[in-house]
Amino acid sequence: MAVTIAKEKWTSKVGEMELGTGAKAIKVGGETSLPFLHFEGEIPNRPVLALEVWDMEPTEWPDILKKPFDGVLADPVAWAKKNVEYGADLIAIRFMSAHPDFKDASPEECAATAKAVADAVDVPLVLIGCGIDEKDAAVMEKVGEALNGKQCLIGCATEKNYKTITAAAMVNGHSVIASSPLDINLAKQLNILMTEMNLPTNRIAIDPLVGALGYGIEYAYSIMERARMGALMGDKMLAMPVICFVGQEAWKAKEAKSPDEETPEWGALDKRAILWEVVTTTSFALAGGSIFILRHPETIKHVNTHFAKVMESNAY
Amino acid sequence: MGLTGLAIFKQLPKTNCKDCGQPTCLAFAMQLASGKAALDQCPHVSDAAKEALDSASAPPIALVKIGKGEKEVALGNETVLFRHEKRFEYPTGIAIAVKDTDGDIASKVAGINKLVFDRVGQIHSVNLVAVVNASGDGAKFAEAAKTVQANTEFPLVLVSEDPAAMGSALEAAGANNPLICGANAANLEAMVELAKKYDAPLVVKGNGLEELESLVEKAGYKKLFLDSGAREVNKVLADQTQIRRQALKKFRPFGYPTITFADNTDPIQAVVDASVYIAKYAGIVVVDSADPADLLPLITLRLNIYTDPQKPIAVESKLYEIGTPGPDSPVFVTTNFSLTYFNVQGDVESGRINGYILPVDTDGISVMTGWAAGKFTPEKITEMLNTSGVADKVSHRKVVIPGGVAVLSGKLHELSGWEVLVGPRESGGIPSFIKQRWGA
Repeated sequence: MAVTIAKEKWTSKVGEMELGTGAKAIKVGGETSLPFLHFEGEIPNRPVLALEVWDMEPTEWPDILKKPFDGVLADPVAWAKKNVEYGADLIAIRFMSAHPDFKDASPEECAATAKAVADAVDVPLVLIGCGIDEKDAAVMEKVGEALNGKQCLIGCATEKNYKTITAAAMVNGHSVIASSPLDINLAKQLNILMTEMNLPTNRIAIDPLVGALGYGIEYAYSIMERARMGALMGDKMLAMPVICFVGQEAWKAKEAKSPDEETPEWGALDKRAILWEVVTTTSFALAGGSIFILRHPETIKHVNTHFAKVMESNAY
Repeated sequence: MGLTGLAIFKQLPKTNCKDCGQPTCLAFAMQLASGKAALDQCPHVSDAAKEALDSASAPPIALVKIGKGEKEVALGNETVLFRHEKRFEYPTGIAIAVKDTDGDIASKVAGINKLVFDRVGQIHSVNLVAVVNASGDGAKFAEAAKTVQANTEFPLVLVSEDPAAMGSALEAAGANNPLICGANAANLEAMVELAKKYDAPLVVKGNGLEELESLVEKAGYKKLFLDSGAREVNKVLADQTQIRRQALKKFRPFGYPTITFADNTDPIQAVVDASVYIAKYAGIVVVDSADPADLLPLITLRLNIYTDPQKPIAVESKLYEIGTPGPDSPVFVTTNFSLTYFNVQGDVESGRINGYILPVDTDGISVMTGWAAGKFTPEKITEMLNTSGVADKVSHRKVVIPGGVAVLSGKLHELSGWEVLVGPRESGGIPSFIKQRWGA
């Protein structure tokens, strides 16, 4: 009995999204196979990694996370430049200051910050609101306009605010992050609503609202596996790259924060915290994630080493 | 497993003797096909028919055991490629490697024994100790195996490709069904002999899938673990996927659990590689590190990936203290679905709130589902307020409930006498909710 290599005959592919402009523009998606199975299809683009920049100093961040950004955390432009030095493929600006609990900054103030960062770095930008649906819609309208033509990824669009954000993306040439809570059918529904407004399918990234390792990673993991199979079998409303907000989740985990003296049985915090963000990222990449929003530069380094290896062919 | 009642019927004696308890052979065949009867209930079936039927009805991946007693590790019996299709059955066995050239083996093993983690009341640990014949010396290997055996309850994986060294190690530590690792093209016969002698499981390593297949056929032994020889993560991923896919298609030579080695020289990449193997089908993953910081993510990932997607995990329904709460601290009620609880816990912590969380036992389902299913009720919340001891811990009588179930507040107040504060719909709003509403 000889071994016959088992290949799935997929009929379709994940849509390919283009972000940014010029030399540092990137493409994501475009796969015709399950993640990293080069023996049965094409994987034209490796997953990409973004580091976050906040428009106000993140005072609550743990020390291990603040340390690599010493002196720049209160200056979004300097912080963004630092992120580029650390090897981020994209910069994700989070407009925390717009949150009513913080500074309740105006959309115009956010747009000014976005513009300043965009002028200082040449990598593509992800623009993320503060998480309040209404406010995010207002902010994205202005921010999207300020960065017209830069091919940014903006969001997060939810079932409540997708209309404004989708319109802002269409008018200004951006792509949209479509967020839905851990349910493949809700994700699909939102994609349908957005494409009905004539936003091309390759300008949507699915955000399944991931959980970190140990905190529900398996739910988003399975949604991504199902979405990828749906995409490869021809479901256009699931054929979008998946974006994973790993940083915000991984650094919430107790395992990434608990000091050595409190949990000596867990090993050294420095290593364990980084591994928490790394393994959450690589596990989602294995399930089909394409765009990762991260926080620690060490994570970028380790995840890229891994990606370089799994992007090498394993064809038989 | 694939065989129809008629196909089975053809192999039966067709005498309708009723000795099996069924009225006819055909009826018995139908029962067999649906898994309601076992072949040994027919006393007359021929040996040839038995073998044909046994192999056809055997699961696609054999269940193979290592060790004995309480710490026995069983692997195999998997039936799907993706956890959402059904679930993964036997969680990847994590083996920690100890070399026979290591200095203080006993203390390294003591460290491995301590790789036990408590996750909301559930205990998770590594499973095996792999003794590696790095010295190339048989006596040294046997000595190391003996020392490890004497110092741990975990089953052993004995790693040497030298049959003579393996023979001595088995003499020293072969009584408890260790995994012999193992056979390759050069030593197959001798290793199979040893495996048979000790009735122990055996790793067969091929140089690629083709050779692996031919060695498995040649081995003529059924307690096997498969090793395709690949060590780079991209190749291991491909081979693991092939072995699982082909096993599920009932390609018999690959119908055994696998073993993988995360021996990357970059320690972080070794952990990442191991995490890929856990997610993608490894029966066993051997890692060199015994650092808990490396093992905690792996054990956690294994727990997550092997969770039954149809059965939510629950946390124990009891009073949880977050931070250092006092008599004035807020009391949050939620459900005991682990994800719900972890979210509330995380957001209370991130808001630097000292407080109490009461996860009501809803059989591990979420707030809205629990409410809709009648499992998250004012009665249950009241009972928990009364019996959890929280009433003795706080001087106030105010309880925060999830915003999604605001409708419960009237009845809850009536039953419990506690003032009910309707919290945010999403736990992420807890910090600002407390800032605005608690103590105001």
